[in-house]
Amino acid sequence: MAGELVGGHQTSSVNPRITWEGCSVLLDINDGDRLVFARLSPAATLKIGDKKCSLRPLIGCPFGSLFRVETGPNGPYLERCVHSSSSGANDMGVQEGGDRQLESESKDNRALIDNNSAQNLSSEDIDAMRRDGATGDEIVEALIANSSTYENKTVFSQEKYKRRKQKKYAPKVLLRRPFTRSICEAYFKKYPNRIGFLRIDTLSLLLSFANISAYSDVLLVDMVGGLLTGAVAERLGGTGYVCNTYFGGTSHSLDIARIFNFSSEFDSRIVQASYSHLCSAESLDEEGSKMHEIDHPAGIQSIIGRESSTKCVPSTGSTQIQEAQSLRNDNSSLDEELGNTKENLSSGQEGLHENNATITYKAVNPGKQASPDAIKMWKEKGFNSLIVAAPELEVDSIVQKLIPLLSYSAPFAIYHQFLQPLATCMHKLQSSKMAIGLQISEPWLREYQVLPSRTHPQMQMSGFGGYILSGTRICNNSENCNGNQ
Amino acid sequence: MLSIDPSKKNSFQRFISDGDLVIVYERHDNMKAVKVKKGSELQNRFGVFKHSDWIGKPFGSKVLSSKGGFVYILAPTPELWTLVLSHRTQILYIADISFVISYLEIVPGCVVLESGTGSGSLTTSLARAVAPSGHVHTFDFHEQRAGLARDDFERNGLSNLVTVAVRDIQGEGFPDEFQGIIDSVFLDLPQPWLAIPSAARMLKQDGVICSFSPCIEQVQRSCEALRSNFTDVRTFEVLLRTYEIQEGRIQSSDGDESYRRITHTRRKRQCISSEDNGENTDKATSIPTVMARPCQEARGHTGYLTFARLNCQ
Repeated sequence: MAGELVGGHQTSSVNPRITWEGCSVLLDINDGDRLVFARLSPAATLKIGDKKCSLRPLIGCPFGSLFRVETGPNGPYLERCVHSSSSGANDMGVQEGGDRQLESESKDNRALIDNNSAQNLSSEDIDAMRRDGATGDEIVEALIANSSTYENKTVFSQEKYKRRKQKKYAPKVLLRRPFTRSICEAYFKKYPNRIGFLRIDTLSLLLSFANISAYSDVLLVDMVGGLLTGAVAERLGGTGYVCNTYFGGTSHSLDIARIFNFSSEFDSRIVQASYSHLCSAESLDEEGSKMHEIDHPAGIQSIIGRESSTKCVPSTGSTQIQEAQSLRNDNSSLDEELGNTKENLSSGQEGLHENNATITYKAVNPGKQASPDAIKMWKEKGFNSLIVAAPELEVDSIVQKLIPLLSYSAPFAIYHQFLQPLATCMHKLQSSKMAIGLQISEPWLREYQVLPSRTHPQMQMSGFGGYILSGTRICNNSENCNGNQ
Repeated sequence: MLSIDPSKKNSFQRFISDGDLVIVYERHDNMKAVKVKKGSELQNRFGVFKHSDWIGKPFGSKVLSSKGGFVYILAPTPELWTLVLSHRTQILYIADISFVISYLEIVPGCVVLESGTGSGSLTTSLARAVAPSGHVHTFDFHEQRAGLARDDFERNGLSNLVTVAVRDIQGEGFPDEFQGIIDSVFLDLPQPWLAIPSAARMLKQDGVICSFSPCIEQVQRSCEALRSNFTDVRTFEVLLRTYEIQEGRIQSSDGDESYRRITHTRRKRQCISSEDNGENTDKATSIPTVMARPCQEARGHTGYLTFARLNCQ
């Protein structure tokens, strides 16, 4: 992941635009019909329809490259192609122009009868064409030529027909970068409950309300699979800290944070600390190892799946650290599926993570325990921001406990699926005068279809993206504001 | 405003110093930016506040006036700045700003182009997103406004991250020196389609462009212009609905359990446990409750946001 020096601005490895072996990618199949996360290990494959293609051609290509599934002598393979600027490739195929518009207005579908007899090519004919080496596009053209109703369709219908056939016979795969935006959208579309229905506009608002920026020390409660952690770490750019806190003995799963392609520098910024650690008055140096064992005794089993290795547990530490080796160093031996992450890998084609593309969640370990020094510093100075995304928990008591860990004038943002808990929480904060600038917001997002003569909001819309309670911590005691608590 | 110097990290723990720009919070809808100057005073309806009283206190403190009124002194953030800055033009608010930054995939180290600068509301958030190693180049064709924006960025300590230039982007396009090195472009122009070809030359492949336009006709023309070099063209509207809360008590009426009334407390900020609200509530049979409802005033529209990615060659 070399940085390139372009025009005096170092394009650092925080923003690599070319794929590399072992990186994680998001594959967009047929313009968003199917989204799949994959890792570009040499043996990785992707199944589209009934065809299985190797992902090797994708290594070393720029993000944003487009590939087509073609059939060759050795079976189906992915071939890189160029975006065509019109037709099929995206939705904007129909040219504006007086003539064609008139043409489309005079046609409609009153004479079209749907009795399945319009297509003259049979599936055997199509298979024969494939064996002869016809490209997907050629097959689509043949289908159009052999359709008796095609000419009678309106221009818009023709485009729709062509696109449908292309999706089936000449599927496209778009190579996308896993970024907060694409990861959040993919999960929201496919498994929204795993991310607590956190929609991308809501997530963006959380990051803004909490003033996440470089060099911040951010306190998080991330119970949305690690998506929030990844998003915050992305904004920190390898500086500051993301401290994930939890109540009780076990930390939350941060699997989604591993899809982000973070370098080890970024990963080292993501730490965990239980609430009791963050609060405890005694120094942790002697208590350190003991407390870690108490927190994760039998939990060692699950830790192996979740990579929270810690320096303070020496005997089991070595096993964990060995398994936690960077995927880039040692691809082959780490290509096992993990018991814990099986639920993230669904079988068959409907999965968000491709089984055959050997998804493993053993990236360099984000989520190691925070060092005693860091905890001490946070106790003295407080965190710069707090974000809570705990859709299942009782928000009120969490917030009462965590806000005192913030610096004065530090902003916070609390996400919840339900309004009432936030209302109660806001009321308590007002009464206790721990915070000002309190606001409950509900984000609203609507997408539009913009096409000549066909511009309107999209038919489908997300009805719900959660609620946010935001505010700023203050020191209400005008005499004694020095010192955090 | 931003701690771009690692030695000054955790800036919120810093104490208020002479010369700092602070946000004086009177009420949730009443805030202003003030430059702290020893010897100066702030006067408002709560009394007279001496700046010298603030110096040495941590940000987030409550400070008292001569007659016992109070305000809070907050550290500036891009969000607070958006709420207090002087509007020379219509500005973008947090809903649009936060969505734009996510969707443009702006992270530390990015180089971003923006036109027009306007009042610098979005620019301030862009600066935060690219800090400490990236840069924002912003252009406005109005010389005076460009100058005022430059002054604001200077005052907020953002001059290392933001360069303001006077240029008519619609007429001349972006400067050639940026060709091929730009991660993201943001356009807030009356005729963005005129600037789109130039933006396409500036962007790295798979770089993202965003155009903000209040009118749908502008959006249609922009989308057309985007089709030649861009893919994944998407248009959105983003809005925020805010809620207000009220506490009340649900009580039964004189022993008749068949219906329950909700009485509202007169003042929203009253604590449930203290003070009788003066109404005829029988505490033994009434249940305190907090209710939320949307605010009556809502923003109906700001503009359409159109995003697209530069095609890979």
